[in-house]
Amino acid sequence: MHLDHAAPCPERHTASVTLPDGRRRALRVGLGGPVGSGKTATVAALCRALRDRYSLAVVTNDIYTREDAAFLLREAVLPPERITAVETGACPHTAIRDDISANLEAVEDLEDEAGPLDLVLVESGGDNLTATFSKGLVDVQIFVIDVAGGDDIPRKGGPGVTTADLLVVNKTDLAPYVGSDLAGMARDAEQQRGALPVLFQSLRTEPGVLPLADWVREQCAAWAATHAAPDAGTAALPA
Amino acid sequence: MSGAAALLVLADGRFPAGGHAHSGGAEAAVRAGRVRSASDLAEFCRGRLHTAGLTAAALAAAAAAGHDPLVLDEAADARTPSPALRRTARRLGRQLMRAARATWPGPDLDALAAARPKGAHQPVVLGLAARSAGLGPLDAAQAAAYESISSPATAVVRLLSLDPLEATAVLARLAPAADEVARQAEAAAQGAVEELPAASAPLLEITAEQHAAWQVRLFAS
Ligand SMILES: Nc1nc2c(ncn2[C@@H]2O[C@H](COP(=O)(O)OP(=O)(O)OP(=O)(O)O)[C@@H](O)[C@H]2O)c(=O)[nH]1
Ligand SMILES: [Mg+2]
Repeated sequence: MHLDHAAPCPERHTASVTLPDGRRRALRVGLGGPVGSGKTATVAALCRALRDRYSLAVVTNDIYTREDAAFLLREAVLPPERITAVETGACPHTAIRDDISANLEAVEDLEDEAGPLDLVLVESGGDNLTATFSKGLVDVQIFVIDVAGGDDIPRKGGPGVTTADLLVVNKTDLAPYVGSDLAGMARDAEQQRGALPVLFQSLRTEPGVLPLADWVREQCAAWAATHAAPDAGTAALPA
Repeated sequence: MSGAAALLVLADGRFPAGGHAHSGGAEAAVRAGRVRSASDLAEFCRGRLHTAGLTAAALAAAAAAGHDPLVLDEAADARTPSPALRRTARRLGRQLMRAARATWPGPDLDALAAARPKGAHQPVVLGLAARSAGLGPLDAAQAAAYESISSPATAVVRLLSLDPLEATAVLARLAPAADEVARQAEAAAQGAVEELPAASAPLLEITAEQHAAWQVRLFAS
């Protein structure tokens, strides 16, 4: 019987940072959160804000086939070959957490066919408050909720709210109309998340997605700094 | 049986090899009104077991017995007329390959992955994975035969909100038939590749093509 070796096997380690040709793979950012909170709208806005600076691609995980991918294609935020829809068999959280094989394949095919890439955004289909991405699939994850889904969501917590690298509270423009208490949401979020960041955003009003785009840029910079390109050879690395 | 626990790991519905997104033709059968109840599910699964299930089990057993996987991959193509089902089989084969190389790595798996980077037919990969796990041809056949019925049963629970206890009872009642199919498959795998079973279910092939063209569906196949 072949047993696994204790030593790492980078060529098949799902989270390996190096592609077969030796290049550094793209940073993978997951966007999850409840149905309709604004994940696809945020992905579209991020693509518009970042596509001139980075080589980008998007993977969507719909409950039904290709809804989100079709929206992104219609909006022409990226060329079609940079958008892939993964089918999830009625269970988006399984495809991003328990059995990530179809998503890994989608990401790798994008690197292969549309690469080299700097950044891949992976959107989960709208799901529940317990849905988080596997660390084998994404490097950082953003949990997107909105003010109209109930201002008690940060208080309820759950793995998405409490552990995501960034919590985005979207649609702040709607707060006056639905009677959501933004200060209370901020307090509850801090209670649940400690030092982890929270970002209030409205895609309908200035500055829109720009603060989030800045956060993503910081993540890209940190990724590049931590995993200096292997083909940089012996060039001095920061100590 | 050389390693019962290894077989349980491989055949576990939670083995992360992409199967959860596929219904084994059940979604099309549900939409067409052919599967509405647990007894319909039992008949659907029985049909699938003795056709696609037997063919898959024989391919898996042959791969586990050491037949050339590339020859078996061609044999699988020849036994899969529907282009949609070929694509599905290769996609699932590629996903299973990733999981198998992480769980029971070995040179045979590496060689097939290199020769078929976009995926070999899933039953062939399954047989090779079983071999790499120290399992034999009957084990591989058993895993393939069981999968041919467990996949639609799981999907129908989601599609019809069928009582999961009833769906599992369907599988339990089919277990002796699945064992028999696995034995036939193992026996066939001792012969030549050309003579492996080629049982097919034309309706599954036809509805797979239709399903692949649907705009809205819950399962990938
Ligand atoms: N008022 C307002 N509406 C927004 C904002 N962001 C998104 N929306 C709207 O909210 C609706 C849902 O947005 P989507 O981006 O589709 O939400 P989603 O999270 O991707 O939804 P699922 O993928 O179905 O879970 C759309 O009609 C968007 O236009 C916002 O900041 N303010
Ligand atoms: Mg969406």
